[in-house]
Amino acid sequence: MRVLVVAEHDQGALKAGTLAAVGFACAVKDAEPEILLLGHQVDNLAEQLRRYAPVWVADDQCLRLPTADRYAEIICRVARQREAGMVVAAASTFSTDILPRAAALLDGTMGSDIVGTSPDGDPSVFLRPTNAGTVVARVRLLGEPKVLTVRASAFKAAEPGESRDVARVPISASELPNLSEVVRRDSRASTRPDVTEARVVVSGGRGVKNADDFEQVVGGLADVFQGGVGCSRALVDAGIAPNDLQVGQTGKIAAPDLYIALGISGAVQHLAGMKDSKVVVAINKDPEAPIFEVSDFGLVADLYKAVPELIEKLKQR
Amino acid sequence: MKILVTVKRVPDPDQKIKLTADGARLDTDALPFVVNPFDAIAVEEALRIRERSSGAAVEIVAVSIGADKGEQQLRTALAMGADRAVRVDAPAPPDPWNVACILQALVQREKPDLVLMGKQAVDDDCSQAGQFLAARLGWPQATFASKIELSDGRAEVDRETDAGIERVRVSLPAVITTDLRLNEPRYVSLPGIVRARKKPLETLSLEQLGISVQPRAELLGVSIPTSSRACVRVPDVEELIRRLKEVRVI
Repeated sequence: MRVLVVAEHDQGALKAGTLAAVGFACAVKDAEPEILLLGHQVDNLAEQLRRYAPVWVADDQCLRLPTADRYAEIICRVARQREAGMVVAAASTFSTDILPRAAALLDGTMGSDIVGTSPDGDPSVFLRPTNAGTVVARVRLLGEPKVLTVRASAFKAAEPGESRDVARVPISASELPNLSEVVRRDSRASTRPDVTEARVVVSGGRGVKNADDFEQVVGGLADVFQGGVGCSRALVDAGIAPNDLQVGQTGKIAAPDLYIALGISGAVQHLAGMKDSKVVVAINKDPEAPIFEVSDFGLVADLYKAVPELIEKLKQR
Repeated sequence: MKILVTVKRVPDPDQKIKLTADGARLDTDALPFVVNPFDAIAVEEALRIRERSSGAAVEIVAVSIGADKGEQQLRTALAMGADRAVRVDAPAPPDPWNVACILQALVQREKPDLVLMGKQAVDDDCSQAGQFLAARLGWPQATFASKIELSDGRAEVDRETDAGIERVRVSLPAVITTDLRLNEPRYVSLPGIVRARKKPLETLSLEQLGISVQPRAELLGVSIPTSSRACVRVPDVEELIRRLKEVRVI
């Protein structure tokens, strides 16, 4: 079966989840994975991707930024032309916006945020978290093609191999839908890795009082590890941290080697986004905070005292 | 203008969920149910659009799909300030594909200028129905909205994306799905509840809409994962560092 993987990239760099999606595709029984790359001036990304599977490139000025109407239309055309039985992308706001639209155009069936395949090998059955990750549902998708977003942390990234073909998808801007237009994108320059890709993630919650403290305490500890910075919903709602740092049911999924939760109480909506981390550390002054129940190591302490000490001692190593 | 806003009945996400004794499904019988929190944000936004409209008529129609119990959540939307409600009668809430098919039929009947929906339901966490609906109607979509400004038949929408805020412009009619930061839904007031009792709540059958539900996703089973972490409480920072070295993460 042909499996079309939709690549995701931002500001010239491939999102790491794309390779996990390719890894997922390669593991499908009798799969012939192919990659679809959409954007503008993306030849260098095509060069990277061709080491994993043959690549289709849809490159045009009108595709410079992703808009659901245009991207979904192209995904639909290529999936039809290639007779894809499955269309896959790593779960993200990019894919969650665009893939359902493509699924509807394809008259297909869809599974979101897939974390596993059927234990008995049934190719139409998948596992996915529901109810803020407190439940794992086993669902059968009825129909073709199957359009899936897959959770990057649940699947092994594909291994590079020999260079495969790169081919162009003919694009004529005037034939594409033009229903929406990106007016502005806040490009917040960050030198820190994204929480979805970092080896160490330090997250702050309600215990962090203001944006300066968030930067110095949470960011300061992250920098010791060259790690990523995340937060719980409370800090975004309070305007202390930007939305793209939110970890949880409605934010990003972090599954690093080390996740350090600072002043986070541990609502299930937050746990949904971090519980697959390898080692979890919680620092919270409330000994009853639920975050401790999902932690490997817990320190009951005021983060404003413990974290500066932790930073200092780690720097001395 | 007319705004169609969706109201899904979901188990209260703050309650702990359990399986039935046979482990076959979620035991929701004893749980309180609420308006899907993202849909509550959609209802609130519709009300604010009306409040900002300075006199121009804005009609707000709340819609829910499911059994008659869902009328509780529609009454909540009416008590918040929606003008009328429609319940599409179905034995159980269908999968997102069929939700989109039903809403499409309803849109053709009601002809709204805007459909406002939660970006996902907090029970199935799919985040598909709004996008499906937009595609089926051939309408623009703006998902994960944290700000909506309407003017001259267009909407400018701030979207919460993984890379930060993105502002898009779409023409109306459109489907907009709502994210957390769009607003904080108001509480229903006692006079609101009293008024809601007198507001029209219509029930439509699938036959009346010319729809037959054919599932595209079938729930086979559920399980509740448990945390295998045994939290070791460390007395101080020194000990924490020693432990982290021991498990080789630092």
